[in-house]
Amino acid sequence: MSEKNPSVGTYILVFMALLVLAALTTGIAYIDLGPFNTVIALAIAVVKMSLVGLFFMHLWYSPGLNRIVVLAGFFWLALMISFTLADVFTPPVDKYFRSLTKFPVLHFQIFFTGYC
Amino acid sequence: MSTAVAEVPVESRVHYLNANYGIKSWLFTTDHKRIALLYLGSITLMFFIGGTAAVMMRLHLIEPAGALVQPETYNKLFTMHGVVMVFFFLVPSIPATLGNFLVPMMIGARDLAFPRLNLLSWYVYITGAAFTLYALISGGVDTGWTFYTPLSSHYLNTHVIATALGVFITGFSSILTGLNFIVTIHKMRAPGMTWKRMPLFLWSMYATSVIFVLGTPVIAIALFLLGLERLVHVGIFDPAIGGDPVLFQHLFWFYSHPAVYIMILPGMGVVSELVTCFSRKKPFGYIFIAYSSLAIALISFFVWGHHMFVSGQSVYAGFIFSALSFAVAIPSAIKVFNWTATLYKGSISYQAPMLYALGFIGLFTMGGLTGLFLASLATDVHLHDTYFVIAHFHYIMVGGAVMAYLGGIHFWWPKITGRLYHDGWARFAALVIFVGFNLTFFPQYMLGYLGMPRRYAVYPAEFQVLNVMSSAGASILGVGYLIPFVYLLWSIRYGPVAGANPWGAKGLEWETPSPPPTDNFEEPPIVTEEPYGYAEPEHAHV
Amino acid sequence: MSESAASSPLAVPPRESPHSASPALHHQFEVIEQQRDAGNFGMWVFLATEMLFFGGVFTDYIIYRSLYYSGFAAGSHGLEIDLGAAMMFVLLASSFTMAMAVHAAREGKHRPLIGFLTATIILGVAFLGMKFTEYFHKWQEHMVPGLNFHPALESLRGAPERTVELFMCFYFFMTGLHALHMIIGIGLLTVMTILAWRGKISRENYNRVEVSGLYWHFVDIIWIYLFPLLYLIGGRYK
Repeated sequence: MSEKNPSVGTYILVFMALLVLAALTTGIAYIDLGPFNTVIALAIAVVKMSLVGLFFMHLWYSPGLNRIVVLAGFFWLALMISFTLADVFTPPVDKYFRSLTKFPVLHFQIFFTGYC
Repeated sequence: MSTAVAEVPVESRVHYLNANYGIKSWLFTTDHKRIALLYLGSITLMFFIGGTAAVMMRLHLIEPAGALVQPETYNKLFTMHGVVMVFFFLVPSIPATLGNFLVPMMIGARDLAFPRLNLLSWYVYITGAAFTLYALISGGVDTGWTFYTPLSSHYLNTHVIATALGVFITGFSSILTGLNFIVTIHKMRAPGMTWKRMPLFLWSMYATSVIFVLGTPVIAIALFLLGLERLVHVGIFDPAIGGDPVLFQHLFWFYSHPAVYIMILPGMGVVSELVTCFSRKKPFGYIFIAYSSLAIALISFFVWGHHMFVSGQSVYAGFIFSALSFAVAIPSAIKVFNWTATLYKGSISYQAPMLYALGFIGLFTMGGLTGLFLASLATDVHLHDTYFVIAHFHYIMVGGAVMAYLGGIHFWWPKITGRLYHDGWARFAALVIFVGFNLTFFPQYMLGYLGMPRRYAVYPAEFQVLNVMSSAGASILGVGYLIPFVYLLWSIRYGPVAGANPWGAKGLEWETPSPPPTDNFEEPPIVTEEPYGYAEPEHAHV
Repeated sequence: MSESAASSPLAVPPRESPHSASPALHHQFEVIEQQRDAGNFGMWVFLATEMLFFGGVFTDYIIYRSLYYSGFAAGSHGLEIDLGAAMMFVLLASSFTMAMAVHAAREGKHRPLIGFLTATIILGVAFLGMKFTEYFHKWQEHMVPGLNFHPALESLRGAPERTVELFMCFYFFMTGLHALHMIIGIGLLTVMTILAWRGKISRENYNRVEVSGLYWHFVDIIWIYLFPLLYLIGGRYK
């Protein structure tokens, strides 16, 4: 094969790093850092994911096309999350809803807005 | 028009249809062409089931108080019509039949990247269809094809889980097909076939496959969560524990909007092939048509909220989705302009496939333009859940996608079967379909504008005339759909033998005998020319 | 002979007949590298679909966690962090053994391949054992929504009961979906082990092990996110 792949040594190093990071995540949970607990936990998760992805899954050594697929997956995920959040976390404008009830067309979905 | 293959009579040449005999050679085949035919049979069956539901609905709607069924039954009819037509006919139609058949041939390969996955995708489709048909036979489901919570999760006692499971399973069939196409197009193009030498049909199959792969999992998880909630009587869409039913709609439409582009993009690819062949011209703006397919696939994922303008979605989200919905119309419009420019000064002939293509261009444009009224927040408030929406999407899905599908079936029929059908009957059927279609759905625009809501088993008496017109059109349309069965099936046995290239078209699939050998090409092709190498019209001799 | 699109003398030499190549080469491919490339690429495309599949639940999780933080923190506190961390270590180890298995397959080393595959399976089964133990504990504590959700007052930690129930829905759905994928992965690896045992894996067709490995690592990555998102909300310092 013309493709380089990681050596056993690389695998062992990455594994050690992953174990350390896992221990770190667990340990930091016992320290009060306020909102940073979540930030650090997620940051460590991202690093662990990257290590597994780049070395165990050979992304570092793979054709660029495979990396593009991964990035596309993340992009689409970000799209789904951000636009859904845009709905849930922006206020429905009160004036808009009051005016909706003036129209004679049946809007059974408005019934559900009581949950928001 | 020249065919480079010696005219060996079909019967004595070995090709993919007679290479093996017996039911096992079909049910265990990994030949993409045979799998395409397996799909063709299955989706035709599902088309008739969905069509029967439509016939019953239109018969029922002849009377304002309903002429045929109880309201609960009517709810089940429109649900099954939607579920079957969307998930079991339109979504797989062109990709699983024409796509499976043509992608390896147009690319110059012997088969798809993963032939066994291809066969698996068909079995998965059949399994999903079986669950849904079981639900149908056991009494149906009446949530609407959109399965909105909490109606579907809490308030109904019909076969929601079986139907949702059927759709969930069939979704994996789409994912496998899309995956197969993406890998094939990236990794198995013949030497010399750069991306820009690919036929436009392949560009649209690629764009469709991207949507298959990235969108379908989201409806899978939405239906999975819905099923769990029904099973366990509590779940994340349940307001009793703080859940929001509208989140189901977000997950559902994140797929189902791009799904409508799954349904139309392959049709656009077919139309690109038909318009070029029957104008004897290369496509105007090839690269624009190619990139517009990708643009449609991308932007289609940004607009799902336009189905939720009146669901309680925040207005700010509404603004964003509305603006982006206008944007997504642009690449489609680019295609229409380019097809028209391709027709201009072309040497046009009006065989049946071309009639379908021309019908597509007109009807898709009408359907697409009416989509803009729905994309606009102010007008959508009036038009949402009325017959205007129904007319809009039927213009695109039936006037567009189904006509493109029929056009493609007719165009590649000689390649698939090695026989020619009777073009006179085919043109007649195309015209009957066109007339029937418009009579069915144009009145529905008016009904919607006048305020008749959709999914209603009864309606005010002043809407009766338009409803009767629509039902009359539906009967004509139904007859129109039956006619091709007769002459196409007849042609398999009695039609004249087709040569390798009866239309004189350009493309690798036409360089091989009809029907093709199992491995598609006697020798692997090498591509050195641009696609659509039709002679300039002044020099053409037909 | 079909007239291909090439009308001029071939500038590219004709390809070797693929039938003279290795028996591991499938007929639709030209060379074994193309087959391996396609296999990996295909699995990555499938993993992208899995990202979107899990992504749906993660999206809803993000929304509800923001809306009902106290309920989520209370529910999270009730989860067994030592079991969760142990499962994390077990899965990371299984990823390591999986990577070593792929390495062995690539090198054509038969015995290490079987050894590492078996180790991965054992670690996977250990994970599932711990998971189902946890589920059983939750059942005993009356924390299973829809079945016996009657939490003790102190476990609510001041949050409304219904939001804690919502968190437990997410806990069971997300870890359950993950466990389902683990079971599929273990099945896949069992098939690989049997094939390896029968000598059907060579340096030429090792791609099937590589592709199984990609799937396995992906399931591990899902747990890498599930652990902090489910078990560590609000920290354990209180």
